[in-house]
Amino acid sequence: MASLLVLPIVTPLGTAVLALFLWRHRRAQQAVSLLGAAALLAWAVALLLSVSRDGIQATAIGNWPAPFGITLVADLLSAMMVTLAAIVGAAVAVYSVATIDARRESFGYHPIFHVLLAGVCGAFLTGDLFNLYVWFEVLLISSFVLMGLGGERGQLEGSVKYVTLNLLSSALFLAAVGVLYGTVGTLNMADLAVALQDPRVDSRLTLAIALLLLVAFGIKAAMFPVFAWLPASYHTPPAAVAAVFAGLLTKVGVYALVRVFTLIFTHDTGVTHGLILVLSGLTMVSGVLGAAAQGEFRRVLSFHIISQIGYMLMGLGLYTRLALAGTVFYLTHHIIVKTNLFLVSGIVHRLKGTLDLASLGGLYRTRPILALLFLVPALSLAGLPPLSGFWAKLLLVQAGLEAESYSIVVVALVVSLLTLYSMTKLWTEAFWKAAPDAAEAPLSAGEWRGLLLPVAALALLTVVLGLGVEPVLALSLRAAEQLLNPAEYIRVVLGGRP
Amino acid sequence: MFSLILSTTARAIMPLTLVFSVYLLMRGHNAPGGGFVGGLIAAVAFAIASLADGVATARRALVVDPRRLMAVGLALALASGFGGVAAGQPFLTGQWAEVMVPVVGKIGTPLVFDVGVYLAVLGVSLTMLFALSEED
Repeated sequence: MASLLVLPIVTPLGTAVLALFLWRHRRAQQAVSLLGAAALLAWAVALLLSVSRDGIQATAIGNWPAPFGITLVADLLSAMMVTLAAIVGAAVAVYSVATIDARRESFGYHPIFHVLLAGVCGAFLTGDLFNLYVWFEVLLISSFVLMGLGGERGQLEGSVKYVTLNLLSSALFLAAVGVLYGTVGTLNMADLAVALQDPRVDSRLTLAIALLLLVAFGIKAAMFPVFAWLPASYHTPPAAVAAVFAGLLTKVGVYALVRVFTLIFTHDTGVTHGLILVLSGLTMVSGVLGAAAQGEFRRVLSFHIISQIGYMLMGLGLYTRLALAGTVFYLTHHIIVKTNLFLVSGIVHRLKGTLDLASLGGLYRTRPILALLFLVPALSLAGLPPLSGFWAKLLLVQAGLEAESYSIVVVALVVSLLTLYSMTKLWTEAFWKAAPDAAEAPLSAGEWRGLLLPVAALALLTVVLGLGVEPVLALSLRAAEQLLNPAEYIRVVLGGRP
Repeated sequence: MFSLILSTTARAIMPLTLVFSVYLLMRGHNAPGGGFVGGLIAAVAFAIASLADGVATARRALVVDPRRLMAVGLALALASGFGGVAAGQPFLTGQWAEVMVPVVGKIGTPLVFDVGVYLAVLGVSLTMLFALSEED
């Protein structure tokens, strides 16, 4: 059903418009935001089921046929990513209602949050490279506002770095799109895949465009060596905003890399994918070492995003069926776990008024449930069985061994150990050791429930994903199969055209 | 600072500018123009009014809150996309009425979309303009 493809984009946009109408009514805005997020989740799951049952789907917006018009395409990877975005959206919408202050709400927090979700879903669903640029802009502009909204000193400092580097990345992306259009005269991704097979296209030019896109998406994904903007900014906005950024934004960059380097640029895998593999190792190591040097809760988590991005790119770099399945599974696991950890950090901040590890402590005694809910995603991130992170890493390691890339496997395993060290540090410092200052901000029972509900739901999902790994694993393998054999994708988009 | 010359001129220019903005909006389907420029020109009309007689007068002349215009515009643009869905075609497919309307010409969902863009651009520009000029 074609309209299912449009709904994950239209629903958050409609929610944003409705919230705009209710500008002055906080309660009504909150209700609309929750309903919108729930509807998005419902459509996303319906889309995933439908794609999983009937295969890849496409719709030509405005009935302008591909490659001339804009096509929306959902293969398994897109559908899974949209579902994950909807899960994060729903969890953070609930958390936002409980935590975002009235001032931020009065400046349009809820509408902008949903525009951000629309941008993310649009980026996952589009089948056109220039349209992908447009969705990137939609989500970036709204993320700029969310990052700066509230105007606290630290926030503005973080926003400046965030905005500058992301605009640079957008400029590179646009330049690459321009050169590509000048070379082959099309920007429809499926059509590009066909057009670049033409032997008349200069392969050096293709390689240059591919590398330009690698840098552009690499900045957005926080890949080595262009990740500096991430730890400089992610600890500044409110926890709800940081959580949705941590969960989704860099992953849009990873998604774009996966899409472009499985569908379009697959001629020179020795150079491009080899380079990605090397960069993935460096990304893992630099992220985890950066985290070890940090003494603030959210900064540690921010550096771990970077090292985790390395794992996802490792799968892309290895470029086998098992490795790509590993990437897809890792994305699934990471989005849920990382969002959850940032939400927990928000609760800790709410209770103790600080996230400086030296002045935290004792939360295990006063809030055992919170401690448990931290432990589930933290151990999953480090890759302890039977949680979801273990299976994600197992897949990648197995794929690495199969491809006989032993050095990257060693790097991945060592980084995994260091991740465990980092998570243990967070555990001992924030939860286990005696508190230097026992005072805690009072929380009403209702407020406490509002904070814990999304965290508990995501933790449950992590456990379920770990214990019942089979269906998601099967789905990831099928998604990887579609990525490795893009013929079906191209056929669905371009129809009968050769 | 109040200037009689500016204020009198503004009163003459404003309706002309608004008519021109609607003209641009209408011809935009096949010729240069469209909702975006139309909206900007309309915003210019109110900007002149706010310069000549103050923001309060310009707000009164606009009647509705510019933020409301923004919401209505976005809602129209979004709703126009469902015309295609209702007819069993992809989202945003243009649906045209058979009858010709005098002066305006053919009416269809792309026009609704453009009117939505017009209102959204007008609303956004004036929200920013009014907020900035009220600050000092």
